[in-house]
Amino acid sequence: MKFAELIEIWQNTNLEFSEIILAQEMIETGRDPEKVKQVLSNLLRVMLEEAEKNFGKRFETLTGLTGDNAYKLANVKPRMMSKFNHIATVVALSMGESNASMGRIVACPTAGSCGVVPGVAYALWEVEKANFDDLLKAFIVASGIGNVVAKRATLSGAAGGCQAEIGTATAMASGLLTYYYSKDPIRVGHAAALALKALMGLVCDPVGGFVEVPCVKRNGNAVNVAIASAEMALAGIESVIPFDEVVEAMYEVGKSLPESLRETGLGGIAATKTAKEVVEKIRENWKGTE
Amino acid sequence: MGLLEVSGPVMTGPSSSHTLGALRIARFVYKLMGIPDSVVFTLHGSFALTYKGHGTDRALLAGIIGLKADDPRVKDAYKLAKDVGLKYEFEFADLGDVHPNTVLIKAHKGDLYNEVEGSSIGGGAIRITKINGVECSLAGDYPALVVVNKDRPGALKGILDCINVNIANVYLRRVNALEGIALTIIELDENPTEEVLECIRTLKNVIEVYAVRLEEGEII
Repeated sequence: MKFAELIEIWQNTNLEFSEIILAQEMIETGRDPEKVKQVLSNLLRVMLEEAEKNFGKRFETLTGLTGDNAYKLANVKPRMMSKFNHIATVVALSMGESNASMGRIVACPTAGSCGVVPGVAYALWEVEKANFDDLLKAFIVASGIGNVVAKRATLSGAAGGCQAEIGTATAMASGLLTYYYSKDPIRVGHAAALALKALMGLVCDPVGGFVEVPCVKRNGNAVNVAIASAEMALAGIESVIPFDEVVEAMYEVGKSLPESLRETGLGGIAATKTAKEVVEKIRENWKGTE
Repeated sequence: MGLLEVSGPVMTGPSSSHTLGALRIARFVYKLMGIPDSVVFTLHGSFALTYKGHGTDRALLAGIIGLKADDPRVKDAYKLAKDVGLKYEFEFADLGDVHPNTVLIKAHKGDLYNEVEGSSIGGGAIRITKINGVECSLAGDYPALVVVNKDRPGALKGILDCINVNIANVYLRRVNALEGIALTIIELDENPTEEVLECIRTLKNVIEVYAVRLEEGEII
């Protein structure tokens, strides 16, 4: 299903947009909309719980390459960021580092990009004091955006590079924010398109193949792309290229990326001198440990 | 793939292929035979290269003692495995022409011994590719029966006669010609009842029977 077709249904029925996404899910998978809503509500609840629990904590990650980034950012008074951006960024880093230390995360849409959507959801919860039901509706819309990418392109870094993972997460998060503030699916489409275009071409180049560098901090950066895209769309800025076509373009770019830039740990920053030295050290430390 | 797979699941980090998928493969063995007394995990390919950095070792131990992927104790799996008295070993080998993320699990429990090979094929999805030498392709999304039976005429018919729900897939192979033993793997549309298991267990051609049941809403 294209995003434009969902918008068309909305224009013809004027039903609440998250209900249209749930109805479409029933047509495609046969799943009961109430049950789907219940599971999504649980995913959102877990996100908020984990964000609260891990906010700005220090983590002992599997390789030790990350672990104190959320802590550092949480303990400064931001100079340029708003409170909203600051909280969203701390959560995005916290989720990324919790993931890297075998914490409980929601793979939304993947484990490596698990910080972006909770970042914006928790900022709405904490700063805007959002009501859970409104947040859930916006989260369902975000899931609908992710589903369009999953069906028409890919969510896998190995298949399409990081743009497929963090790019999709960011499109979802910007759609979530835009829907929360505007309830306008057309603006949601623009926000998602702006976000995905901003991260188009991003390669998947994890140092040593591990989900830490650059993944953790990339979550922190991407959540701000999501916020900026939503702010632009809410101001009436439109994406010249519609979201569905941006998704197709992202897929084409992903397929043309060489294998070294698709989660193999062989290209990009993973191929740098420092990355090689760091990985060597990590492997040394593993010897004789459990 | 739908909304729930896009926006979920809840899992233990850091990687759906290396922790979620690995845990599900090991949990299949747990569902097959309970917590074994001892287990050897043979890691192949990318699993062997990066297992510590991805926590694949802890995910496998967590799965074999029955933890689910969203259990916050997955990271403490070494300690939990010791607490339940599980003897474990990790080894590395080339398992041949298989998926890069493949593990062979050899598990002993009392007199029982099972060997299960499985691959984590991306996004947390798995394929059980071999059970006690019999090639199969189980995604873990159907309940399964694993039956060790005597390799005699009518053995399969007897087993199928006991089953009162729809059968999705059947895999059957002679595993020991000398002793006349065959292995039958049957994927079902619904969980088998105790009566079905009892019916199969009492067949004269059946040596062992295992059931891998699904809990509600679960893929292993």
